[in-house]
Amino acid sequence: MRRRTVIERYPFHERFCHWLTGFAYIYCLATGLAFYSPYVFWLAIMLGGGPTSRFWHPVIGVVFVGAQMWMHHIWRGDVKFVPEDREWLDKTKYYATNQDEKVPPQGKYNAGQKIFYWAMYYGAFLLVLSGAVMWFPELISVSFGWIRPLAIFVHEGAALVTIGAFIIHVYMGAFMVPGSVDAMLHGFVTKDWARAHHRLWFHQKTGE
Amino acid sequence: MSNGPLQIKAISGHAGPVPGLDTSRDYSVAKLIDVTTCIGCKACEVACLEWNGYPFRETSFDNTYQTMPDTAWNYYNLIRFNEHVAEDGTLSWLMRKDGCMHCADPGCLRACPSDGAIVQYANGIVDFHQEHCIGCQYCVSGCPFNIPKFNAETKKVHKCTLCSDRVGAGLEPACIKACPTGCLHFGTKEDMKDLAEKRAAQLRQHTAHTNAGVYDPPGVGGTHVMYVLHDIDHPERYGGLPKDPQIPILVRIWKGPLKWLGNAAILGGILGAAIHYLRFGPKKESHEEAHGD
Repeated sequence: MRRRTVIERYPFHERFCHWLTGFAYIYCLATGLAFYSPYVFWLAIMLGGGPTSRFWHPVIGVVFVGAQMWMHHIWRGDVKFVPEDREWLDKTKYYATNQDEKVPPQGKYNAGQKIFYWAMYYGAFLLVLSGAVMWFPELISVSFGWIRPLAIFVHEGAALVTIGAFIIHVYMGAFMVPGSVDAMLHGFVTKDWARAHHRLWFHQKTGE
Repeated sequence: MSNGPLQIKAISGHAGPVPGLDTSRDYSVAKLIDVTTCIGCKACEVACLEWNGYPFRETSFDNTYQTMPDTAWNYYNLIRFNEHVAEDGTLSWLMRKDGCMHCADPGCLRACPSDGAIVQYANGIVDFHQEHCIGCQYCVSGCPFNIPKFNAETKKVHKCTLCSDRVGAGLEPACIKACPTGCLHFGTKEDMKDLAEKRAAQLRQHTAHTNAGVYDPPGVGGTHVMYVLHDIDHPERYGGLPKDPQIPILVRIWKGPLKWLGNAAILGGILGAAIHYLRFGPKKESHEEAHGD
């Protein structure tokens, strides 16, 4: 029996922060992929042309990192690793094959979500550092020229790690766990959803 | 600049093969710079500005006759002046015409992400097409000679075109035309190599430059701008000409293995997620339901 009662999971500012980070990331992903491969350079054309994409990519990148820092301020307590995460990681194969009855109850975020968070967090850190060099390469003197290819290499490597994490994130949120998109759009989840996916958080939130 | 008569060999950031590749044969051209006969008159610098329509830039004085410290987006061609004191105390004054080397394996073209911003013609000329340049300056990272220069105002990168517009019309580059000493030569790469080797042999036999040689570095596949140097073992004396120029290894990895690894990971990730969905489907909210499947 599906209960219609709901509990709040994401207040407005958390949802706003999530989508700000998300859309900034998607813009940087689209323009970045255009610069990454000639086969998808049309992405840059569709977003206003190569020079326009080259101009806005670093600006929106700063928005992404800024939003990520705000997100860190909001969720840093929730994404800390706790001893129970070890157990979840041991049971990841049950989680991935939908044998959720064999997975221990979870807090607000499970270890997989925390790994995604930290991949994006450190990825953003590397991207912004290397990106700063790539934004104004003309300011680097000839004797430090080796920094430029290094920055591009780090930027691409870090981007690929975040892309991997992003694919899993979108897949989990949009397809694997029904109700998640709704939660991030409207802020509420059903009690059944909370009990099924984040039981410890559900207990803590409702006392049931 | 567009050059109808020139056959294209490679295009930067281009998806798929080059259209019209190998439809006709083209002579491989080269510029030969015999630094031993350069007198530092800078006629080539002026001719370059005149042909390309750039105004003369501000010069700076740093105790040599060099016009300015480095080439610039609107100053493709610079005579570098360097003093060298040999072991026996004799002083020699080294002058080298610095500019794009037109590598057979151009690092700029490899690094460039924008379709058609850099093209390599079948005759060996590597040309920048500013109308397709997006201003990312990846070419600067790919170049082992520090040649591409950024115009901060237009956000476009420029460098020597080897006067592709003149060569396409059957003329020699402007700098060649202006050179009064015959230090600059232009012709097919084979002829220029031959001429260079003869000149180097002449220097070795008839002068004190027993180590004279031809600079045509294999690390970038050879170049379509070659030098005859007094001492081939010390190219760095000529204002930092690299001894063994290479496209930076990180650029090679980035444009090679990392690209394929990344492509495989991205496509594999998406495909993997789709297969996972078909195999396991979405999670159920109650365990009883899950068992009921």
